[in-house]
Formats: sequence, C-alpha cells, structure tokens
Amino acid sequence: MAATRTSARPNASKTTGKSKGSNIIEFTAEQELEAYRMMLLIRRFEEKSGQMYGMGLIGGFCHLYIGQEAVVTGVQMSSKDGDAIITGYRDHGHMLACGMDPKGVMAELTGRRGGLSKGKGGSMHMFSKEKHFYGGHGIVGAQVSLGTGLAFANAYRGNDNVSFTYFGDGAANQGQVYESFNMAQLWKLPVIYIIENNRYAMGTAVNRASAQQDFSKRGISFNIPGEQVDGMDVRAVKRAADHAIAWCREGNGPYILEMQTYRYRGHSMSDPAKYRTKEEVQRMRDEHDPIEQVRSRILASNFASEDDLKQIDAGVRAIVAEAAEFATNDPEPDPSELWTDVLV
Amino acid sequence: MPTNILMPALSPTMEQGKLAKWLKKEGDQIKSGDVIAEIETDKATMEVEAVDEGVLAKILIPDGTENVAVNTPIAVIAADGEDASAAAAAPAPAPVQPKDTGGEKPASVARAEAAAPAPAAEVPASPEIPEGTQMVATTVREALRDAMAEEMRRDGDVFVMGEEVAEYQGAYKVTQGLLQEFGSRRVVDTPITEHGFAGLGVGAAFAGLKPIVEFMTFNFSMQAIDQIVNSAAKTLYMSGGQMGCPIVFRGPNGAAARVAAQHSQDFAAWYSHIPGLKVVSPYTAADAKGLLKAAIRDPNPVVFLENEILYGQSFDVPVVDDFIVPIGKARVHRTGKDVTLISYSIGMTYAIKAAAELEKEGIDAEVIDLRTLRPMDTDTIIRSIMKTGRCVTIDEGYRQCGMGAEIAARIMEGAFDYLDAPVMRVTGKDVPMPYAANLEKLALPSVAEVVEAAKATLYR
Repeated sequence: MAATRTSARPNASKTTGKSKGSNIIEFTAEQELEAYRMMLLIRRFEEKSGQMYGMGLIGGFCHLYIGQEAVVTGVQMSSKDGDAIITGYRDHGHMLACGMDPKGVMAELTGRRGGLSKGKGGSMHMFSKEKHFYGGHGIVGAQVSLGTGLAFANAYRGNDNVSFTYFGDGAANQGQVYESFNMAQLWKLPVIYIIENNRYAMGTAVNRASAQQDFSKRGISFNIPGEQVDGMDVRAVKRAADHAIAWCREGNGPYILEMQTYRYRGHSMSDPAKYRTKEEVQRMRDEHDPIEQVRSRILASNFASEDDLKQIDAGVRAIVAEAAEFATNDPEPDPSELWTDVLV
Repeated sequence: MPTNILMPALSPTMEQGKLAKWLKKEGDQIKSGDVIAEIETDKATMEVEAVDEGVLAKILIPDGTENVAVNTPIAVIAADGEDASAAAAAPAPAPVQPKDTGGEKPASVARAEAAAPAPAAEVPASPEIPEGTQMVATTVREALRDAMAEEMRRDGDVFVMGEEVAEYQGAYKVTQGLLQEFGSRRVVDTPITEHGFAGLGVGAAFAGLKPIVEFMTFNFSMQAIDQIVNSAAKTLYMSGGQMGCPIVFRGPNGAAARVAAQHSQDFAAWYSHIPGLKVVSPYTAADAKGLLKAAIRDPNPVVFLENEILYGQSFDVPVVDDFIVPIGKARVHRTGKDVTLISYSIGMTYAIKAAAELEKEGIDAEVIDLRTLRPMDTDTIIRSIMKTGRCVTIDEGYRQCGMGAEIAARIMEGAFDYLDAPVMRVTGKDVPMPYAANLEKLALPSVAEVVEAAKATLYR
C-alpha cells in the first residue's frame, strides 16, 4: 500500500514539484469508512463551533478547519503511536484526529474548567502529552522551530518517532521556518513539514505574498525533498504521508509535503472573506470536497449503504452535541485558577 | 630606531595573558605576517603575527611568563642593518602587573579593574555553605562549566547547544572540555540561527529533554525572544499545567567593554517582566555554580544572565558534592546598619567598593546581592530596609522600568513607614552605549555615583 521505495525515492531535483494526485492508492472499506468518520467528526465539530461562536459562547479568535479535513486525517492514518504532532492556531481538527476528547476541546473553546487547558488556553492553545499533541500555537511560524525540536528529541533518544509539523502557506514565509529547515537537514532530524496551502494567508492570496508558490520547493536550498499533494483527497494525503514517514524513519532527515487544500470559511470568525468570490468557494465545495469524495467512493464501491452512512452521521452528531452541551454547562474555572500553572 | 612589539589584547576584555611560546629566536629575520609567538588567555591560545620587519633583536619576556599585561613590550625588532645591541639597550620593559602599565589606561583595563574581585575572604559564606567547608579558588567561567558538566553527568537528558559551544570550546570558553567529555550528541554546535535554535530547544524541552541553550551574548537573544516569552514561558499556563518547559537560556549579559550599543545591554528587566520565567544573575563563582545547577534541575524555563567581565574572576567555591544554591534567595554580602546597597551580577562590584569607601567616612553600608531577579527575594530586601531605613539600588540597565525601579516600588509597598529617605537609583545612563572610552565610562554606573547616592540618603 505504501509507495514503493524504488520508484518514489525522494530526491530534491526529481521529486520536488511532482504533480499532485499521482500514484493514488485505493483504500480498503475500513480505511474509507475510518476517513469518512473522522473527517465528518471534524466538519460537524467545526460547524458547531461556528454556531456557538455566533451565540457568544466562544470568544476571541476561532479558526475553523472546514474544507481541510483530509489533510490531518490522511496523515494520522499513516502515523503510529509516539509520533509527535504540532500545528498553528487552526488546530481543532488536529486535536480531534489525534483522538483528543471532543468535550475537552469544545469546553476549552468556551473557556470552561473541563477544557483541555482548564479554560486557560482557548482555541489556539491546547496540548496533550498522552496523545503527543504539542499544540496549538498562536504565533505564526513558531511551531516550525518547536516541531523541529520535537524531532531533535526523538533523534536524541534514538527512537523512530517522527514529528508532524504543520503550518500554512502564510507561515511558510517566516524566517524561522528556514532556520529550522537548515538545522533539520544538517542534523537529519525526523520531521515532516506539512504545509497546508489553503491559498490564503488570512486575506492575502498566495500569489500576492509568495515569490515561490510551489511550496514543495521551499526546501531546495537545503536539499530537503518535497512533494505537492492533492490535500482534498485523503488517499493522496495518506500515500504521500506513508512515503515521507518511511523516508524519515529510515534516518534520511526531513521531508516537505505541500498539501493543496482550501478553507471554506473565513480566516477567523470575524473574516468577511471579501478577497475571494463566492463562486470560487462554491466550486471547491462542489468539485473537491474531501468528505463528498469519500462518500461517493464508499457508495460506488458498496463499502456501505446510505443507511450505514446515515448511522455514522448520527453517531458523529451525537458526539458533537454532547461536547457542545458539556461545553455550555461546564462551569468557568475557579477564580483561584488565575494563579496556578504559572510555574511548575 | 628599534621597534617594540607589545603584548596584544586579544579580546575586548583581556587585560593580561601568558606568553606561552616564542616561535622565533633572537637574531631571526622577521617578515610582516610571520607568526612569532603564542599567547594564552583564560579563553584561548592565539598566535601573534609580526607587523614590522627586521631582525628579532631581543626577547624581553621569556617563554612561559604568566600575567603579562596588555601593551607590555615583549620583544624588540631592529630594522635591517641596525645594531642589535642598540636594540638591546631599548627601554626596560614595563613591569608585568596590569596596574603598573602606567599612562592613560584603555577603558577596558580601567573597567576590568573596577570589576576586580573582592578577596575571597570578604565574600561572606552563603547560608548554603556549611561552616568549615574546604574552599577552592575558581573563576566564574570554570564554575559555570563545572555546573554544566556535573549536571550532564547526573542526567542524560541534559544537553547544551549554541553557537561555538563544541568544537570552538565556547566563544567565551564557558563550555571548555564539554565536547571531549560528552561528545557531539550532547554538546551541539548550531548554525548562527538564534530564533531557530531557541525554538528548537523549547520544542525539545516540551518533549522532556533538558536543554541548556547558550546565547553567545544575550544581545542576540532578541532574535529569539518570541520563543522565550511566547513559547517557553507561557505554555505551561496555556496548557493548564500539562506541558512544562525545563530549559535554561544562558550566556553573557550586559555591557562588556568597548563593544558599543548593540552589544552592551542588560536584559535583566526585560526577562524579569515575564511570568512563567525565572531569572537568575549571579555575581560570585560559588553562586554561579550553585545557581546554574539549580537552574538546570528546575522544571521551569530559566534565563541565566552571566557577565563577560566576571568570567575571568576568581572566587572561593566550596568543595562539596552537588553544591546547589536555591533560586529565589538573595545573599547579604556585607552586613551594615546605615544604608542598604542592593545589586546583582557585575553591579555588585560597584556596591562592594562603595561600601568600602563609605566605611572610611563612617557610614556602615549593608550590601545585598539579589542573585535571583525573578522571583525576587523581597523579604530579604524589606528586612534590611527595616534596619537601615535607606536604600540605593545599583544596576547597569536603563533607568526607566529598570530593576532599580522595581526594587524601589517593592520597598515603598512593603516598608514605606521604615524609609527615612527616598530610595536612590544608580543605573546605566538613558542612552545607547557609546563606543568612545570616556563616554562609555560615563554611561555606566560608577563607585563615586553609588557613594554619592548613599550619602544623599543620609542627607550628607
């Protein structure tokens, strides 16, 4: 199932810029259904978050992952226990895909004591040592150095865990990204840089901000191989992740995956999205939706019936409803919590 | 006319060195660019190249001479055809004691003298040191190195990274010998990439390692300050206590000598401002060792501010297994009853000298070495003010929002009724550090300013 080593041995000059969608692997029924269920959970969870934000239950910044679900889902399907995950502020999907409790995530969004950070972190700042999820970081690009450090720790310990370090097309223009690339390749650190290119850094289209818009080539100066991936097709994501993970675990150093994806919603909840047309968004939804792709394949292959999918949908909705209810009724943190957790 | 070859200064703060070896002998022909001798400082061994041409007429300072002051004539070169015996009659070399170099001293020398260590006997034993403990004279540089080496032996998760920490043995030789003992896995040379390696260190700490991140100087930490403040200091809180960051950021802080504005800044107040950090800035070698060991074991991010001028100074360090100085405790360096002088790091050198000056005038000053700036040992400060009723703070940082301002505010909050005079601040001047020797001296605190401020609190 994984990409064969001989044909797809990464090589900066050969593989970089490889056209997306090549070498698609077919999923088994179990894999299709697993991907469907996880992407649907993220989608429904995010829709509910948007709704609760509108009701005033969630404050501050809230960045939804709707449209990008295939990226983290496909990568997580390739990962093993012990691999580290770190991302920026658009992090709800990553947490759910890591298996973090939706109730805890939602209660953190509402700033309640049962939140994963006891209500002290909020949307952009959640962590789980148990699931090896290292945040949730609000400073654009900071997670790239941090994720490289997670890989350093794995290399130091001599285990075969890798670090999935996610960032966006916007963060890809931060200087510390390239400082990290340099060290990662210099020391052959097992880190996979996953650039979620959703085409807009807040309101700035990629072509207005990036001199090199093929992000898979951003590692060329450091001899880091890279690959462009159809980030709307979970199978393409998983295939690319399998390949990059094998590269890393074999001790070859870092790998870059540019996931070409799209966010349906604004940058944050307060974004009127005037920088793109409604038609563009609708076209992506109609033609490339990651969940619809899986759904039609499942039905076409008779992996499940409409009724089976409805059941999955109902199960997901129940989880999200339970999370929302918990996050609405859970009390705010005790005032004494103001002073805890500043120092160990 | 024969030309004197002078003992060169190899770094901004060097005042003396060892003439390790002559590579030319008397009578040898010398061309410009020839390596003629090797000089050792506590930091490095350097080659001396000839600038002038001629015959090495006379060697004035023989191989192996220690403590040769900068600018001492070490040899005489005679021009071609010149009588070597005439050269031999060149003026006698200046004595090798740095204080006797005579004439106008370069600011670096004057500064280093101001920072001369108090004789070990004058440093009162810390409460951490049991009476009767054997002491050994150790430089601050060696003490810091010993602290790191001991902690690295004790805990395999401790490693050190930074620019030139390994092969070069440390830009200021603080990591000397660590590569040889611990290897390149645990003593990691980084590219010049402060933002990146600070973040990498924080990530490694999230994953449970215990990095010691060396900044060649803290001036360069400004490139990395986002990772120190936003990632290292805040993540424990933002994670509801789940994700700690056991990391030490260390390196020389504050003004060195003659390196001008971008390389001369005290970051004590900057980092002290941040909840989630501990900030340590020792003066003596014993405190440097004991506090660095405590910092490495601390589960929180610790900013450890050293001082380049103090690196070469010797203090007594106790010979005990595992000497730890707790973070957060000030040390009363000298007891007194009339006025309290409060400082830390190199500021202590002004405070100690001022106390000696004041004693001559019948004023009995108490001197407190804060050692830790965050959390600040307010109790020790307040206890002293309740006794003396008067206070002068001394630090090299800028005046506005500086350490002195913070100390003064705490005294006002905690001991207002005990104050007999306003708290006085002696600080660095509110200007970027100038390069010119005379201006640099003016920009820094001086003993005279401390004496004057102390007398002002006594209305004298």
